[in-house]
Amino acid sequence: MDFKEWNDFNKSGEWTKEIDVRSFIQANYIPYEGDSSFLVGATDKTQKLWDKVLALYKKETENNGVLDVDTKTPSGINRYAPGYVDKNLEEIVGLQTDAPLKRAIMPNGGIRIVEKSCESYGYKVDENIEYIYHNLRRTHNDGVFAVYTPEIRAARSSHLITGLPDGYGRGRIIGDYRRVALYGVDVLIENKKEEFSLLDSEEMTENLIRQREEVNDQILALNELKQMAESYGFDISRPASNAKEAFQWLYFGYLAAIKDQNGAAMSLGRTSTFLDIYIERDMKNGLLDETAAQELMDQFVMKLRMVRFLRAPEYNSLFSGDPVWVTESIGGMGVDGRTLVTKNSFRVLHTLVNLGPAPEPNLTVLWSKNLPEGFKKFCAEISIKTSSIQYENDDLMRVTLGDDYGIACCVSAMKIGKQMQFFGARANLAKALLYAINGGRDEKSGKQITPKFSPITSEYLDYDEVMEKFDNMMEYLAKTYIKALNMIHYMHDKYSYEALEMALHDKERDILRTMACGIAGLSVAADSLSAIKYAKVKVIRDDTGLAVDYEIEGDFPKYGNDDDRVDDIAVNLVKSFMKKLEKHCTYKNSRATLSVLTITSNVVYGKNTGNTPDGRRDGEPFGPGANPLHGRDTNGALAVMNTIAKLPYEYSEDGISYTFSISPSTLGKEEKSKVDNLVNMLDGFFAQTGHHINVNVFDRELLVDAMEHPEKYPQLTIRVSGYAVNFTKLTREQQLDVINRTIHEKI
Amino acid sequence: MSKARIHSFESFGTVDGPGIRFVIFMQGCALKCKFCHNRDSWDLCGGMEYTLEELLSKIKRYKSYFMPSGGGVTISGGEPLLQQDFLIELLTALKKEKIHTAIDTSGSFDITDKVKQIINLADLFLLDIKCINDEICKDLVGVSNKKELNFARYLSDIKKAMWIRQVLVPSITDKEEDLLNLKEFIHSLNSVEKVEILPYHDLGRFKWESLGFTYPLANISPATQQDVDRAKKILGI
Repeated sequence: MDFKEWNDFNKSGEWTKEIDVRSFIQANYIPYEGDSSFLVGATDKTQKLWDKVLALYKKETENNGVLDVDTKTPSGINRYAPGYVDKNLEEIVGLQTDAPLKRAIMPNGGIRIVEKSCESYGYKVDENIEYIYHNLRRTHNDGVFAVYTPEIRAARSSHLITGLPDGYGRGRIIGDYRRVALYGVDVLIENKKEEFSLLDSEEMTENLIRQREEVNDQILALNELKQMAESYGFDISRPASNAKEAFQWLYFGYLAAIKDQNGAAMSLGRTSTFLDIYIERDMKNGLLDETAAQELMDQFVMKLRMVRFLRAPEYNSLFSGDPVWVTESIGGMGVDGRTLVTKNSFRVLHTLVNLGPAPEPNLTVLWSKNLPEGFKKFCAEISIKTSSIQYENDDLMRVTLGDDYGIACCVSAMKIGKQMQFFGARANLAKALLYAINGGRDEKSGKQITPKFSPITSEYLDYDEVMEKFDNMMEYLAKTYIKALNMIHYMHDKYSYEALEMALHDKERDILRTMACGIAGLSVAADSLSAIKYAKVKVIRDDTGLAVDYEIEGDFPKYGNDDDRVDDIAVNLVKSFMKKLEKHCTYKNSRATLSVLTITSNVVYGKNTGNTPDGRRDGEPFGPGANPLHGRDTNGALAVMNTIAKLPYEYSEDGISYTFSISPSTLGKEEKSKVDNLVNMLDGFFAQTGHHINVNVFDRELLVDAMEHPEKYPQLTIRVSGYAVNFTKLTREQQLDVINRTIHEKI
Repeated sequence: MSKARIHSFESFGTVDGPGIRFVIFMQGCALKCKFCHNRDSWDLCGGMEYTLEELLSKIKRYKSYFMPSGGGVTISGGEPLLQQDFLIELLTALKKEKIHTAIDTSGSFDITDKVKQIINLADLFLLDIKCINDEICKDLVGVSNKKELNFARYLSDIKKAMWIRQVLVPSITDKEEDLLNLKEFIHSLNSVEKVEILPYHDLGRFKWESLGFTYPLANISPATQQDVDRAKKILGI
């Protein structure tokens, strides 16, 4: 292949012979090892456009959080007329519908949820659409519920397994949107056509037929992508010829994905260093200066901040605010030892200064001990200022994933364009422990949820007996959980296939698929077992023999204090549950993985879980992700980090999330020492093999004030498990949870 | 092997010495500072017992954080100099590991041979000057400031690095004349690396009350940023 748009690029490597974005990056990017002094502020144009967007945000908030809904047009890649905020000010164009912040309906996932979402915001779905989706066209949601077993339904309604993507889009698939800019859509279509022609053999198996249908859909989606861009006046059949086009082409690719799918997480990938190559080329040719480069980045990010999906209020109360997880992975090191940090890695973080803090895009720094010092310090400075960055351990992930992976959602690492996952929400381990004690009866309703296991009948809990029964219960849980996920993903592929995102992947047969399971309540389960082992735990039962409360005599080691006695229990729980998941057959032969991540649903999981043997009361929130339970850590932040770093990534490859909050004065006295301390803390945590950390720097008083006077803090952003939210958009319950959560502060 | 009585640990200390510090709060204190925010650390028989070995293996878990930061271990309290034999063992072991050590003390001790040994082993002293005005000092903390001023003098004579810290209690330790005298005293010392104002706060009040004691400074409000700025100006820092 050769194109005039590739002039001045280094054409060594495989990238001109086949689709290989990594090879292009490696041959052309310029690592940047300096500091942030080259950065510039927002242009007038950007500022004016941002003011318009802020005004729209305000109107959206005043209108109960939804500005407008198109109730007539089921969303698709090319179903709407082009939309603009202000055509004269926009450097990057393209909206999900024909107007800014107007939400689309996506009934392929489920018509009832669309109806419910519309109704709760005062809209009604068009009658024709309702007729079609109730009578003529089956949805993902209907498909799943047509096949669910009674055991799965029971586990689901009792909250033993929760958050399953059976009524909403699964997401967590990252299209390689960079391919659109580098190759243009025509090359991508040709490639997929070639793949299609190869999907033939002597025996036409079910698997082959399905692959042919999927690839066929991918080709259709790529054609629609081209047409959608054309409606905005761009011919993206050819490669992008300059930086502005590269941003625009890439964004069109992403835009097509979010028009096509309302996935739980619609992540962007790893784009900033790729785009930097185009910026550097334009600068070298005198076509672009720093101000114009930052303008492109600011305006691109502004578009990413405007992504909206129509979701039911219940969904928002589970996940807080209006999350999209437009995760962008930044930095990291190459396998050849050069850093992948470029000037554009700085520019994308600098949008938090130019446009103010925001939860989206979900800016994720891939941290390595070898990152340039200037970049490390800049990240720390921005974290201290905005609490909007999360960090993940590049030195840990590069070993298995190479140097062109990205994070989907919060902590799920995958090779871009080569790997995808079947998102599986999470199982409640704390509740499973209570079920082990009660023989599968729910501690709140008294109902028999699992098949009858023999309950524990002794007055005091015996560690060995509890462990044996808990092990059996986890075995049952793993089996039921995987069954549910297999059904969900079969139906999602059948009724709501992500054709555009998968079109931006390698050949179907080469893709690595993971079955991404998760656990919640790890610290509660570990502390409960520690209490049973090291103190004495007496069971309080009601008159039906149901264990409903526990009395603890004596003290016990608590998770979060770098104490092996209890941390080992947590490590073993992770290993043992992962091993149980691995035993089962998975859809499309995907590889089972595990995450320790709750997002903000730790509040809801806690609400649905009764008293636990560690002394946690009925309904109290769990710790988020891999965090200790609020207030149980008494040895300072690094002790918590050491505990969490013990959790084995090898058994929890879908990520281990830690949310860290500290008051500014505890981080250090002077600004410089705050930055240095944060950098050293991150270096230390990742050297101990910690996987992920959210960094929040704020005072408790600030949050309390923001809760009482939300109007004063329209852009207050905080990190919660795996992503960031606008604090004032949280429910009051979630706000209180964040405020009560351990904020490390020195007395 | 001897054991130490320890009140608690802070694994991410950032304000008690340079860099990131692992802070050990020793149990037991003989002074009776009215502004104390760790009232529960006074009791000489409280806390938990640790052997040197246990303590060292704990400290080593934090080396990857504090070593690159130019930090180390800070021994605070309570009063660390009340457990001198153990302190000598601990400091010797940390020196062997090339770990920077700081001791946060009132300095209200005679310069005995053991104290000299401790001073030689430690890298830095964080010295609380309770109040340069001895009358106020006696009332505020229960003892005269003579010993602590001598202690500072000795550190200065042998050129041992120290940070001088003054807790600023409004209406008690904030008098201009006293602060000027403090300034003069500090200027007469050779090895002061840093002078810090620690604004008095009442966040430790609940500890007094939960132990059944009356909080002695109930009528004093916490020092404001303004108070701190004023004191800094007087001290010329």
